[in-house]
Amino acid sequence: MLTLPSSHLSTLPKASKFLLGLMIYITTLSGTQLAQAREFPLPDRGKLLATGGVSQVEGAGGGGLTPWALITGYGTRDSYGGNLHMTQLATQDYALRTYGLAMGFADRFEVSLAKQEFTGSKAPLNQLKLKQDILGVKLKIAGDALYEQDSWLPQLAIGAQWKRSGSVGGLSALGVTNVTQLGAKNDSGTDYYLSATKIFLEHSLLLNGTLRATKANQMGLLGFGGEKNNSYQAQLEVSAAYLLNRKTVIGAEYRMKPHNLNLDNEKAYYDIFIAWFPNKHVSLTAAYVVLGDITILNPQRQRGPYLSLQVGF
Amino acid sequence: MPYSSPRRHVLAFTCALLLASTSLHAQQENNHFAQLGGMAGIEKIVAELIPLIETDQRISAQFKETNMDLLARQLVTQICQLSGGPCERKGDDMRTVHKGMNITNLQFNALAEDLQIAMERQNVPSIAQNKLLAKLAVMQREIVTK
Repeated sequence: MLTLPSSHLSTLPKASKFLLGLMIYITTLSGTQLAQAREFPLPDRGKLLATGGVSQVEGAGGGGLTPWALITGYGTRDSYGGNLHMTQLATQDYALRTYGLAMGFADRFEVSLAKQEFTGSKAPLNQLKLKQDILGVKLKIAGDALYEQDSWLPQLAIGAQWKRSGSVGGLSALGVTNVTQLGAKNDSGTDYYLSATKIFLEHSLLLNGTLRATKANQMGLLGFGGEKNNSYQAQLEVSAAYLLNRKTVIGAEYRMKPHNLNLDNEKAYYDIFIAWFPNKHVSLTAAYVVLGDITILNPQRQRGPYLSLQVGF
Repeated sequence: MPYSSPRRHVLAFTCALLLASTSLHAQQENNHFAQLGGMAGIEKIVAELIPLIETDQRISAQFKETNMDLLARQLVTQICQLSGGPCERKGDDMRTVHKGMNITNLQFNALAEDLQIAMERQNVPSIAQNKLLAKLAVMQREIVTK
């Protein structure tokens, strides 16, 4: 069926001829070549259970709030791995939903894409809708959190998160459609971080410290920079987790944040969490999160449950 | 009036502290051996582990030529020694034993995972499981050569 009369062939446009040629070429690939194609390496899922971490609220591999130096997924240095996640956080007056995908390569490099949607339910912000897209990269630069049990040196990684906030919804009555109208200097920005993570197996303990240079207001949902400050500030984020058993980890996190906007008395985030890893394809994290008060229009400390599902390969 | 130098106090205190920490350390090591169930417990763990290795597709091929009874005895001795029990492993070091076997991280971790499952089935407390894994984890750089 792959031969056409030459008269017909000559009437075809050039691009179509090329495509047809390509199709014929692919269809007539020898058996060996097809076998080779099938040998495209599959993910090895070789890391120990839970050592890929979960998906943090901006999409990177980590805890719930903070990126860790661990590379996401279960691929060893000879392979790769990836996952999808969906996180829902609900406080008294707001909800945050994050979803995205992330991949880890050679237990060395990680790339992640995430979308955040933040909505309000209490007047005057009951129609509020903030959105943000985040592209993240992370590179392991030294150490190994797991194997180097005879040393205090942690695994170190550097990372960046490019963020772009979407249009502001629900404030059109005030003429506000962009975060810059709420005081932010920019509606996009980049965070840079250095993470140090160590698993102290002897004590069933994981400790992480992340230093983040950021201008982001509420992670970027309210833009970047503001009237009070428009330069990068170093913020500390710490996590401690206890390995209850092979499949269950409990812990707490604390994430400092800058305070750039007049409109928002931005506070630190913190949480306690439990993460369950029934196998290397699924993890479920439940947490109780405190976000502090969000905007001076609602000076009440926001807190509530957090649930995150990660599905990986 | 007897002269007592503060330095001597510090020295005595340091010695006492060192002694205390050494005996505490020894006690912890003894505890670890006990937490694994002593010699009998370790033998049970290894008996649970061997069939897991043999049926684990990630590593079973590596053990095809291995005398599994001998391996079991060696593992018991090694775990006994690592947990502070009264055993001494003789023979070549880990690097020599695994030389030329092209062991990958996947395979190293697979064995660790099988050991975790074996200990879990023998109801070894999680903290004792992780203590043993901590001692095995450092061998990664000697065993994984690929």
